[in-house]
Amino acid sequence: MNSAADACAPLLTVSGLEQSFGGVMALAGIDFQVPAGLIYAVIGPNGAGKTTLFNALCGFCQPAAGSIRLDGRELLGQPPYRIAAAGVARTFQNLQLFFNMSVRENVMVGAHLRAHTGLLAAALRLPRVRAEEDRLRAWADDALTLCDLSAWAERPAAVLPYGLMKRVEIARALAAQPRLLLLDEPAAGLNDTETLDLRELITRIRASGVTILLVEHHMPLVMSIADRLLVLDYGCVLAEGSPAVIQADPRVIAAYLGGAESCLDVE
Amino acid sequence: MAGFYLFAAAVLLLPWLGIDPYFITVVGVAAGLHIILAVGLNLLMGYAGQISLGHAAFFAIGAYASAILTTRYAWPGLLALAAGLVLAGSIAWLLARPILRLHGHYLAMATLGFGVIAHVIMVQASGWTGGPDGLGGIPPLNLFGWVVDSDTRWYAVMAAATLLALWLSLNIIDSRIGRALRAVRGSEFAAQIMGIDTARAKTQVFVVSALFAAFAGSLFAHQQSFVSPDSFNLAISVELVTMVVIGGMASTFGAAFGAIALTLLREGLVVFEDYEMLIHGALLMVVMIILPQGLFVGIGQGLRRVLALVLSRQP
Repeated sequence: MNSAADACAPLLTVSGLEQSFGGVMALAGIDFQVPAGLIYAVIGPNGAGKTTLFNALCGFCQPAAGSIRLDGRELLGQPPYRIAAAGVARTFQNLQLFFNMSVRENVMVGAHLRAHTGLLAAALRLPRVRAEEDRLRAWADDALTLCDLSAWAERPAAVLPYGLMKRVEIARALAAQPRLLLLDEPAAGLNDTETLDLRELITRIRASGVTILLVEHHMPLVMSIADRLLVLDYGCVLAEGSPAVIQADPRVIAAYLGGAESCLDVE
Repeated sequence: MAGFYLFAAAVLLLPWLGIDPYFITVVGVAAGLHIILAVGLNLLMGYAGQISLGHAAFFAIGAYASAILTTRYAWPGLLALAAGLVLAGSIAWLLARPILRLHGHYLAMATLGFGVIAHVIMVQASGWTGGPDGLGGIPPLNLFGWVVDSDTRWYAVMAAATLLALWLSLNIIDSRIGRALRAVRGSEFAAQIMGIDTARAKTQVFVVSALFAAFAGSLFAHQQSFVSPDSFNLAISVELVTMVVIGGMASTFGAAFGAIALTLLREGLVVFEDYEMLIHGALLMVVMIILPQGLFVGIGQGLRRVLALVLSRQP
């Protein structure tokens, strides 16, 4: 057992989560706890329920039963924008950038909940609106700096290379100053150098105190940065524990390509 | 804001350039009216990505509120204008939640239906609206004792109103609220995940857009001193959409440019009155095929590209 996991109270507690789509149980009663301050990875074969789990966590689908508590507060049944306000931010496997805006504006939207300007104040551009705009810009630039994107701030998001677009999504989520950051396959489509940069970035984000829930297929990356792992298969929890425990678990090995051990190796 | 000051300077200088006064006052005032309408609709269509094919209805609400309240109840013009804004804003607010849940074609059809219903009411409720014959004898606007009763004065009022509309629109777009609207267009899913209450954002922009239209409607009623359902039919709604699309969606100055272009075009096409809609339609098709990003935005991008090319050729 990872000692850090024992020391920290769970930030996220998921229990009995059930979601079915027309008779198919995408999630068949999932239980797990994410300790604060860790990188917690969710792995499993395609169709195991990882994406459904993420969508349930951010309020995009409404599970039939169960509970999702962030620091004791129930999130299940809340609309996505309220879950965001509770401190959950995410990135998307298939990019969901605002392609009609610049990189900096994308990230400023991420900080939407940290500002309060209303429609009337904005329309009249009151002095406090200008001050808040300056703050939003500074917050966005902090997130861009953390993600090494400062040079791209003014560019339209639509013209960036794919790898950088994925980074903008991370910066946008960070600008919200989330307590829990959900990363949905951040390494998908990245080359080896970009994956190494990503690993370093995720480690830096953890160091800044953000708890990370990571869905990822890139096993070397997962095994090298995750503090704990949850393995899903057919909507059920197959195993849970530290990378070393998971790598040695025969059920996990069997679920992955019927026993091909190599796919779980760290290389 | 550089564009805004440039535009303001142009509006101020225009009367002194020695152009035919008829052109300045009549066409200028019409253009200003269209700019207010197009800039308001652009907030909804261009930035938030929601279509409205019934926008003439809000234009009509402002116009008829001013016409009915000043002629039948002898209300002061400014109070009637305020009442028109409240009425249009309230109707927009009530409509927004159910209507803006729809997307694409369905939203287009629902707003179209709203425009048709509004038009039927204007024609049928003749006890109030004067029916198809319209309502005349609307007194000139009285701004705290200053009566707007000449073409030059109307030019001044419309110039101020247009600049106000542009200023408000630019302020909204370059703010937290404006970015939330653009986020709704970019990815409604991601906008929600970022904490934006998208239903609320869409409701807000629908109301603002209706307020711009009602404001223009009140001014229109006083300036024409006569209103009739013909000024608020489906063709007008389509023309407003055309202005936004031709100028360039998601650009405040693009919408203003589209409004000016269509006003001039209408003036130039007076001789072909019966073919006006035909030419509008053809223009819309050609622009969509050749410059889908709109004339203003497209030409701007083209100029920038040419400039970059010229600069790069310099030794």
